[in-house]
Amino acid sequence: MSATFDEKVHTTLADANLQLAIYKATARLIDHRKHAVTAAALPDYQELRTQANALKKHTIDHLDYYLEQFEANVTAHGGKVVYCQDATEVADFVLGLAKERGAHLIVKSKSMTTEEVDLNERLEHHDLESVETDLGEYILQLAHQRPYHIVAPALHLTRYDVGDLFARTLGVANETVVEKQALIARAVLRQKFLAADIGISGANFLVADSGAVLLVENEGNARLTTSAPKIHIAVAGIEKLIPRAQDLAVFLKLLGRSATGQALTVYTSFLSGPRRAGEIDGPEEFYVVLLDNGRTKLLADAGKRESLYCIRCGACLNHCPVYRKIGGHSFPWVYSGPIGAIITPQFMGIEHEPSLPFASSLCGACAEVCPVKIDIPKVLLDLRTEVKQAEERRGVNRLERLVFKIWAWVMCHPRIYEMAARMAAGVAPSENGKWLRSAPAAMNLPPVRAWLSQRDLPPAPAKSFRELWRKR
Amino acid sequence: MSRDAILNKVRTALGRNSGQGIAEPPQVRLRVDEVDTETRIASLLRAVEALAGKSRRAATTADARAYVGAVLVGKTAVASNAPFLRECGIVELAGVQSGFTDAAALRALCATADVGITSADYALADTGTLVMLASPAEARLISLLPPMHIAVVPKDRVLSGLDELLTILPRPAEQTSSMVLITGPSRTADIEQILVRGVHGPGEIHVVVVG
Repeated sequence: MSATFDEKVHTTLADANLQLAIYKATARLIDHRKHAVTAAALPDYQELRTQANALKKHTIDHLDYYLEQFEANVTAHGGKVVYCQDATEVADFVLGLAKERGAHLIVKSKSMTTEEVDLNERLEHHDLESVETDLGEYILQLAHQRPYHIVAPALHLTRYDVGDLFARTLGVANETVVEKQALIARAVLRQKFLAADIGISGANFLVADSGAVLLVENEGNARLTTSAPKIHIAVAGIEKLIPRAQDLAVFLKLLGRSATGQALTVYTSFLSGPRRAGEIDGPEEFYVVLLDNGRTKLLADAGKRESLYCIRCGACLNHCPVYRKIGGHSFPWVYSGPIGAIITPQFMGIEHEPSLPFASSLCGACAEVCPVKIDIPKVLLDLRTEVKQAEERRGVNRLERLVFKIWAWVMCHPRIYEMAARMAAGVAPSENGKWLRSAPAAMNLPPVRAWLSQRDLPPAPAKSFRELWRKR
Repeated sequence: MSRDAILNKVRTALGRNSGQGIAEPPQVRLRVDEVDTETRIASLLRAVEALAGKSRRAATTADARAYVGAVLVGKTAVASNAPFLRECGIVELAGVQSGFTDAAALRALCATADVGITSADYALADTGTLVMLASPAEARLISLLPPMHIAVVPKDRVLSGLDELLTILPRPAEQTSSMVLITGPSRTADIEQILVRGVHGPGEIHVVVVG
């Protein structure tokens, strides 16, 4: 597994076009956010972050209460809540309902949760057509790829890639003007919306006091998905709850700004149940699938529980110096970037990709921009500890352990440290004070070589700090 | 059953018991600044323009009707059942169809019409947002399927912003199954971050404030 992660990282680093695409897209998103959270644009930004954190903490700490309240309110409005433990249960529910209603065509709006359970693939195995309708997600579905970024899923593809893809899969002329590509997708998808039997959405928030699903989007595909078909199914993780509709005053101000720099996204839909008596249109049936899929496991760990506060704005990806180099597809699961690095090991088990928590410089940019103040570096450190403890239990990586034991001992003994430093300075390079890119033969041991493959070795100074200090 | 299994896992993880109460949730401070009507309207119109929408202040219902009539020349339109549109005489304009109560008929027309005309339950001045509550007066698809959306809003519906909306409407679900906030024309930047308007929803939006 670890090799796969490393391989993907190296492939991405070697792809100059991809590097440029990631750099440009994230730079633009960083810039948009920066202007949206200035003191002039949002004077109480920091206070809102504190409130958002407190609200999420409160909700997650009392999640059973809010799940039941949400369920009662959905039911009161004529909808139905379906609890699912894993991917199979979600697929079984949708398949069962589709069969009962004689449904063939499903339209989907963007949902990371359904990506997480591979819903499209599972439905297609049973001859149901399930069409992604967000432009980026539609492109990825045609290309058989998974999202590259939480909010900009196709950021790694160029208009030329899209032109080729549309020509190949839709039988249209190869069109490289983005406006025209959007119109091609609009025309194809409009027919799907009007013919679909079921619409499946995700949920940005589940509002407990209202039994409502809240969706934010810019294209209108989520509105179409939830308005046109007779059946609307929202699939959401159990952590999406917030207590009250009024709490949206906090979360909506943060989400759009952190994601794309928008004060509000173009469409914000607050949906509570099927169409009511007198209302002219809207779905006749309304279901909310509440998915566990490993979340309760995460909930049990009070120290890392805050990982569930995430509102999926993607700001931590854009600001992460590691994500900006290794991109979204290097990550082993659908969630990438700093948030992916902390939730993937917790959802899938730490052994799934043990090198993930180490793929961070711990610079703290993610925590600084997180709208709900998740302390991502702290969780990463906790996960590193867990990985190392597991290695110790399994008795692997003994060499590293030994090295650090020696290191600790040396660091606790100043005289020995000084002697060791002098010896090291003797072998270390000092080629006219230049930094060296490779180790001299004396230091060409595998661990040193691996370390130096990504770093330059500083030249040894003529006199150590201690020597200089003594001469003062 | 998965419901009980999940709820039990949640309770065990949190160390809580079935039926256990909760501490009071943290209070959310809703800030509703005192802003006079004219300032609000000016802010709304400015915000709509900043989003690449078109905005118009109509002094009277007749002015609103004239503006909408001019935009509609040569186009077909579906109007909602909002009483205010009737009051403005907009439903009588040439090319406008209205009065739908049947979902299928409305949808078929919305799928082919050039323009959808609605009122709005509220508008939010600071963000240039229209607030649409589904009801017998307002259908969902009129502001969604046609490539152009015109909203005609009486001036007393203009609120300062989201906080005022949630103060007036602390529980939207008590009134409607669908409250939608519309902030500018439909847009996407999914290909190379290049902005394209009107990908699924209307690419053109007109907000007319009357009074």
